Amino acid sequence: MHDSPDLGDRRDAVCVVGAGASGLTAVKNLRELGFKVDCYERETAVGGAWNWRHDRSPVYAGAHLISSRPLTEFPDFPMPDTWPDYPHHSQVLSYLERYAAHFGLGEHIWFGTEVVSAVPTGDGGWEVTTQSTGGGSSRTSRYAAVIVANGHNWDPRKPELPGEFRGRVMHAAAYKDPAVLRGRKVLVVGGGNTGCDLAVEAAQQATQVWHSTRRGYWYAPKYVLGRPADQVNDRLLKWRLPLRLRQWLYRRTVRMTTGDLTRFGMPAPDHQPYESHPIVNSQLSYYLGHGRITPVPDVTAFDGPAVELADGRRIEPDLVITATGYRPRFEFLAPELLDLDEHGRPDLHLHAFARRNPTLVVIGLLQPDSGVFPLAHWQSVAAARWLRLRQSDPARAAAVQQKESARPLATWSRRRVVKTERHWFEVDHIDYLRSLESLLNQMEPSS
Amino acid sequence: MTAFDLLRFEDWTDPVPAAEREVAALLPEDDENRPPVLFVPGLGHGAWAFAEHWLPHAAGRGYPAHTLSPRPGGDLRAQVHDVVQTAAALPRQAVLIGHGVGALVVAHALSRYPARAAVLVAPVLDGWAALGSALRANPAGALPALFGGRLRLSARQLFGSALPAERASEYLSRIAPEPRAELIRRFARPRPVGAPPVLVVGSPDDRVVARKALDRAAAAYGGAPLLFPGMGHDLMLEESWAEPIDAIVDWLTKQL
Repeated sequence: MHDSPDLGDRRDAVCVVGAGASGLTAVKNLRELGFKVDCYERETAVGGAWNWRHDRSPVYAGAHLISSRPLTEFPDFPMPDTWPDYPHHSQVLSYLERYAAHFGLGEHIWFGTEVVSAVPTGDGGWEVTTQSTGGGSSRTSRYAAVIVANGHNWDPRKPELPGEFRGRVMHAAAYKDPAVLRGRKVLVVGGGNTGCDLAVEAAQQATQVWHSTRRGYWYAPKYVLGRPADQVNDRLLKWRLPLRLRQWLYRRTVRMTTGDLTRFGMPAPDHQPYESHPIVNSQLSYYLGHGRITPVPDVTAFDGPAVELADGRRIEPDLVITATGYRPRFEFLAPELLDLDEHGRPDLHLHAFARRNPTLVVIGLLQPDSGVFPLAHWQSVAAARWLRLRQSDPARAAAVQQKESARPLATWSRRRVVKTERHWFEVDHIDYLRSLESLLNQMEPSS
Repeated sequence: MTAFDLLRFEDWTDPVPAAEREVAALLPEDDENRPPVLFVPGLGHGAWAFAEHWLPHAAGRGYPAHTLSPRPGGDLRAQVHDVVQTAAALPRQAVLIGHGVGALVVAHALSRYPARAAVLVAPVLDGWAALGSALRANPAGALPALFGGRLRLSARQLFGSALPAERASEYLSRIAPEPRAELIRRFARPRPVGAPPVLVVGSPDDRVVARKALDRAAAAYGGAPLLFPGMGHDLMLEESWAEPIDAIVDWLTKQL
């Protein structure tokens, strides 16, 4: 017997998908502007990716923030100033739990409930079908808008390699504890922040470590002149130095701190600083210098006990960890709603606003050179004010939309990047916030 | 009024360093989910000024009550930081109540933290006007401060005539104002985030904050000041301290 859909009409209420950092700030900022909100979370608690208790959480025991505290916290709810510059992931979870409790967000969240489909009704509204996680009865409700905050770091992107491998292959998402590295020969694949972190953890635990990267990167240290590197970098951004000059300074800084890694066998970067997502790791060069990490090129194939490399070498690890990232997934939405291309890449204004559907907004789908939380906060403020303006002054809303559609892409999206899926959502946090600021000012009541 | 505050280079590149914060708290017998209130004392005052009457009274009326001493040597930015840090550490969205220069701190903290509500008690939002009032009410005490000397407040300046002289001098001995040049200006009122209801409370007989300044402050937040004639600047230490705090709690209860 199938469940009869119960079409609950929530009229002016907004549906938020996900109660991770982005979902929580969306709920908070919508509530602040007077919206009724139903937030659906498939797990049983808040925190999303940061909640290590969830199966889909990518965090590992040793994970710390990559961006420093002031550039990571919500702008209206600071992390305790007694916390370290780079808090541990468990502190981030407790921060999100306190944020939810402080603003009383829990009563608006339906835990253990998954959104299975969201369909526009044609009049700007939505029909959202939800279901208990793991099956059970489904329910369809009407909403005025849908805010998608389902995260983009939970569906592992696994490399497809020809051949069979006799050892163990795991994605970084499944890596939790350094115990699996102990006494093993480990190959870490991937030059991102996770790949570098894992190579360093392996260097401390495993008997032998190879680190495979496709290209050279600019490995920035976590500290420059005794200050968190991102705080120093923002001084350059504050002075609005031209990109060329910043790139020169970045190269100088990396040369003077991390130094030249090519003599350890690392490839030289094939791009300029600011053209790839920043890699921040002070320990990688240390372990390269101690011979604990052997850099190797791209992996081309598996062959029984061996892994073949692009330079023809063969190595024989026991364990291969692929730190090859995650892909965004929006199965509850028809692809055209987000203008997905054939690779699944959405095309959204400011990486947030659906181009054809004014009541569909995605929060937190960004790869900034700072923490995501502050950007997700201001996205939420903008989304809430946008939805409010549509109701209160449709003519102004239409004018804002008109003006926004003419905003040049290059002003908010980083265009000159290494062309990989990794950089789909790459933004410069200053440029991005400036764009959001001008959008917010446009929506202000003219007085 | 400044609009949105997205680019915070100062906080990103040079965050306020952590400091030991002196916080006094009194929790009500039964917690009925009421928002906590955080009292912020003004120039030269400490947590004691609220611990005297208002803190226990607010707790007695069912509100978890907290008060925070300004950090020694802290400027406005550091004090705003401390208020926001203290408020964010509370379990629920807090109500900020600032007195004198503490109200200026609260007005700025409101742009950094979405308070549940805010009360500005005898707010010193306009440094020039406060300086003028001080020079009129207590020229001998205020004039040396202008040239780097000590600021000496007088009982006449802070308290109404109803307060017994020995109590007034006892309070006065605990007040150690260290005026800062940064306060002698008219501040652009930062826009509160989260649109909290804001109440301005004061006395027409206050010799630090003139009636006109109260009206201006209240108008800026879209209201009229709640006035307690006959009281001095330090409403929380006066003989009739109960009247304003009762009115504040009544207003709060109505807002929530």
